[in-house]
Parts: sequence; structure tokens; C-alpha cells
Amino acid sequence: MATIQDELRLTSTDATAVSLPIAGLGSRSYAFLIDWHIRIVLALAWLIGAAALFGMTEGRGFWNEIFDNAGGAVFYVVIVPPVILYFLYHPILEVALKGRTPGKRAAGIRIVTLDGQTPDASALLIRNIFRLIDSLPIFYVVGLTFVLLSARQVRIGDMAAGTLLAHEKKSTRDAFARFAAPNDNGLDLATTEFVQDLLARWKTLARDKRSQIAAKLIGSQGDTLPTDLSKRAFDREMHKRLTRLVHVSRA
Amino acid sequence: MSPVLEASSENQTLVHWLRRRVPGWQRLGELLDQKRDRAGGSYAEVVELIERFRSLGRDLSLARDLMPGSSLCRELENLFLKAHESVFRRPSKLKAQLVELFRDEVPRVFHDMRATIWITVTLFLGTGLLGWLLVSFNPELASLFASEKMIEEVQRGELWTDGILNIVPSSVLSVQIMANNIMVSLFAFALGALYGLGTIYIIALNGFMLGGIFAFTAKYDLAERLFTFVVAHGVVELSVICLAGAAGIQLGNALVHPGLKTRMDAFRDAVKQAATLLPVVIVFLVGAGFIEGYVSPNDSYSLAVRAVIGVAYGILLWMVLSGRIWAWKAKSWKPQQGKR
Repeated sequence: MATIQDELRLTSTDATAVSLPIAGLGSRSYAFLIDWHIRIVLALAWLIGAAALFGMTEGRGFWNEIFDNAGGAVFYVVIVPPVILYFLYHPILEVALKGRTPGKRAAGIRIVTLDGQTPDASALLIRNIFRLIDSLPIFYVVGLTFVLLSARQVRIGDMAAGTLLAHEKKSTRDAFARFAAPNDNGLDLATTEFVQDLLARWKTLARDKRSQIAAKLIGSQGDTLPTDLSKRAFDREMHKRLTRLVHVSRA
Repeated sequence: MSPVLEASSENQTLVHWLRRRVPGWQRLGELLDQKRDRAGGSYAEVVELIERFRSLGRDLSLARDLMPGSSLCRELENLFLKAHESVFRRPSKLKAQLVELFRDEVPRVFHDMRATIWITVTLFLGTGLLGWLLVSFNPELASLFASEKMIEEVQRGELWTDGILNIVPSSVLSVQIMANNIMVSLFAFALGALYGLGTIYIIALNGFMLGGIFAFTAKYDLAERLFTFVVAHGVVELSVICLAGAAGIQLGNALVHPGLKTRMDAFRDAVKQAATLLPVVIVFLVGAGFIEGYVSPNDSYSLAVRAVIGVAYGILLWMVLSGRIWAWKAKSWKPQQGKR
């Protein structure tokens, strides 16, 4: 098994290096499952809806009716669109959304070339042609095996197209504004940054842990901590004080 | 807490200097958004974007020294990646790229791959002959590739293609056939990744089936009728499947004989080269699908007409692949075989 490479390191012409975290089996599978659910639901919804329009939902078995009547308009309206939706979902969306699909967006990943660029349409189409063997014999066994065994955690389609899946770095849109704002709250930059990160992730942390971290920070600034509050009220108070710590002096 | 940040006045000055760079970064973000929303941009905007991209690299290095792992560094890296992509991305000129593909690339690759194409055609014809011989001497072998219903029809003196238009309309038949043929061709290509073995299997199987089915129908005097059905679409359809097979074998060859490259690089380069032929394969299979849906099952077309259609379509395919079609349009054209 090849040594797993976690990052794709890109070096610019002026020697500035940036790295992109490579997405592994988990993120890939998560994205694929979301996409699979979307396309199966859309395809089935179209099939059933269009069949109903042609009055094909009564009498004999539904599927028999569709396939027995698979001629002319029924074929083009009932069968072709869901087949396209299901089988061409990935190539069409990946080309249109520049290496992304709704599932990949949800998983926070996108397709990039080996030099970190958005792949062109030909690379994306080649990548999708090789799905034919990556999906063999069932449930992408071949593709997943290659992801597990290859250094860059890629399937055969990625190897052929010179692509891989990379995590999109989360954009903190207000990072520049926060940095530009005058910082006269007595905290150094790293602590200010830490407090801002803590506040941004506040709701995702366990109450006890976040209160504990906040209390340490506030205590280190020489503030006295309230002792007569319930856990919930103490947590609210810590949040209020942290917010004041990084924001009050900016007003 | 970063020790670098602790109260060094020099660092404070650098941080202050970085702060003054923020409007420049925000402006670069705006330029990138504008470029994403509309192609191109004025000359001044493009020059400004490149200048700001250059200075962003220096700012990013400084920010990494002062505040490693901070959200500011992350955001600067995001901006750097976006700008890097925007500056170094190849311009997208779809029409020019398509013209270049069909006029220059396809003939060059066809020329470079001619040995592999001959090998594939020989394999197809060889297995076809083998199938013909085996089924001629052992007709029961037809059950390997023909359903019981098909065999019974042939034994009754009927072809499974007889009256097919009474069951499925031409338009539907065409779409079904072209989808099936495109899938077979893409499989023949992609299975080359299994060191060419998958492709060899597909080509050999198709050759064997074709030879076998002709031998089986010949036994019941139906071979001529089958030939009449096949000739209009078959010339191109079979040529194109062989072409996709040759592309697949090219992949296998790159994996077996990577030369001085790594196996992965050799495979990737072979895919890039061989995939050049796939647009031709798909375009001609669409045409073959229409012929098979509208002409082949229609009894009003005589054998001569079908043969003319088949041969003419075959010549068109050869002209596109060899680049002669461009020479026919412009006498000054010469294939650019040396270009890589």
C-alpha cells in the first residue's frame, strides 16, 4: 500500500507554497451517497410523474405498462429524461459546476487537477467514463479499492484524468475585516484570533467544555468569575464576556 | 498563543503594515469575482489583478510568519488559490478547441495509433473467423451468444430483425441502438485500464459473436439477408468499435510498457492521447444509430442503396480520421503529425 498523501502541495512561480487537503474515502463516499440519493429521487419522481401524465398508473403493473408502451412520445417523455438524469448527473453537473456537485458541496470537497486548478471539461468527462470500471462489479468496489490503496486516495477515473478530490478550505469571509479593525482590547493578535474562533464555534462545542475554556481566558485577563450562577447561566455569562472582550473596544 | 506575537515592537510594526494591505486584498477579491461573473475584463484590470496576486504572495508569507494557522492565513491562502487559478488557467475557447481537435489532434493521434488499430482490427477479424468456423462445425455453439428465441426464429427461416419496426418505432430504435453502441465503445476503451485485457475480451467477444451469428444464419440461408440488414450501419459501427478498442489497447500497452515514465504518468498520457478519438467515435455512432434505426430495418431500401450508404459513411469516417476531409476543403492543409 502506498504511503497516504494528506495534502496536495502547490508551489507558485514565485515560490509561494499553498497546500490543499486531499479528500479520502469518507468524504468521497459521503458526497457520492448524497448525489446518489438526489439522482435516484429526481429520476423516480420524473418517471412516476410523467407516467401519471400519460395515465399509466392504473390497471396492470406500473413497470410493465411503461415498458410495454415504450414507443414514441412515451419513450422520450417518460423514459429518456430519468435515464439521462441518473446516468449523466455526474458528468453534466461536474462540468457545469466546475468540479462540484451538490453532494461534493455538502461534503466540502471538489475536483481539482494535480496542479490545483479546476479541471477542464475533457478531464471531467474522462473521469466519468472510467466510472464504468470503477463501479464494477457492484457498489464501486474497484474504485473504492483503488482509493484505499493509492497514495492520493484516487479511483481509476482520477488517475486517468489527472484529478483528485480536495477539501475546500472554509472561507471566513469577515477574516480580513476582523483583522483590519483596530485592536485596542489589550489582547495580542493570537488571543484575539482564538477568542473569535471560539465564539464562531460556540454552538458546536459542549457547554461544559466551552464554559471552562472561556473561564480560563477571562480569568487570565484578571477578571473575577461569578460563582453563584447555574451552569446554563454561567455559560451565557461567559459568552457575553468573551463577546465584550473582542468587540467592545472596537465600537 | 504564538510566541512570535508577544509584544515585539518589530512585529507590531509588521502587523500594522499587514493591516494596511487589507484593502488591496479586498480589491483583489472583487477583481476575481468580476472575472468569474464576466469573461475577460479590461487590460488595466488584468494587469492590476496580476500585480495584486504577486504582492499577495509576499503578504501571505509574512502573515504565515506572524500568525501561523490563523483564520487570516486561511483566508489569504483561499484568495491566493483563487487568484493563482485565475492567472494561470488556460483560456477557454470552445470553438477553437473543437476545430483544433478535429482538424489537428484526431488525424495526428490516428496516425500515431495506426499500429494498434491494425492489431485491434486483426483481433476482431481473427476472432470473427474463429467464431464462424466454430459455429459452422458446431451449430449448437450458437446458444453461447444467441437467445433461445433468436435460435428458434432463425430455425424457422426468420431473422430477429424482421418486422422490428412493427414493434419499435425507428426513432426509439435509433436511440436505444446508439446508447448501447456508445456504452460498448466506452467500455472497450475504459477496460483498457485492466492492462488491456478487458478491451481484448470485449473486441474478441464481439468478433466471435459476429462471425458466429453469420455462420449460424448461413446454415439456414439467412446470411445474405443479415448482411443486407447490417451493411448500411455495420461498416462504421464495427470500425468505430475497433477504434475504441484500439484506444483501450493503447492504455494497456502504456501500463505494460511505460518506458522511462512512471506507470501512472504513462497511463495518464495514453488516456489523454487515446481519448482524443472518443468524440469521433461518439459522433459517428450517433449517425450509425440513425442508419440502423431508419435504413437497416426498412425493406424499401435495396442492397445497393444500403451498400452505398455504408461505404460512403465509412469513407467519411476515414476522411475525418485521416484528416483528408480538411485537405479536401483547403488544399494547403497538411496533417501536423509532429506536434505534441
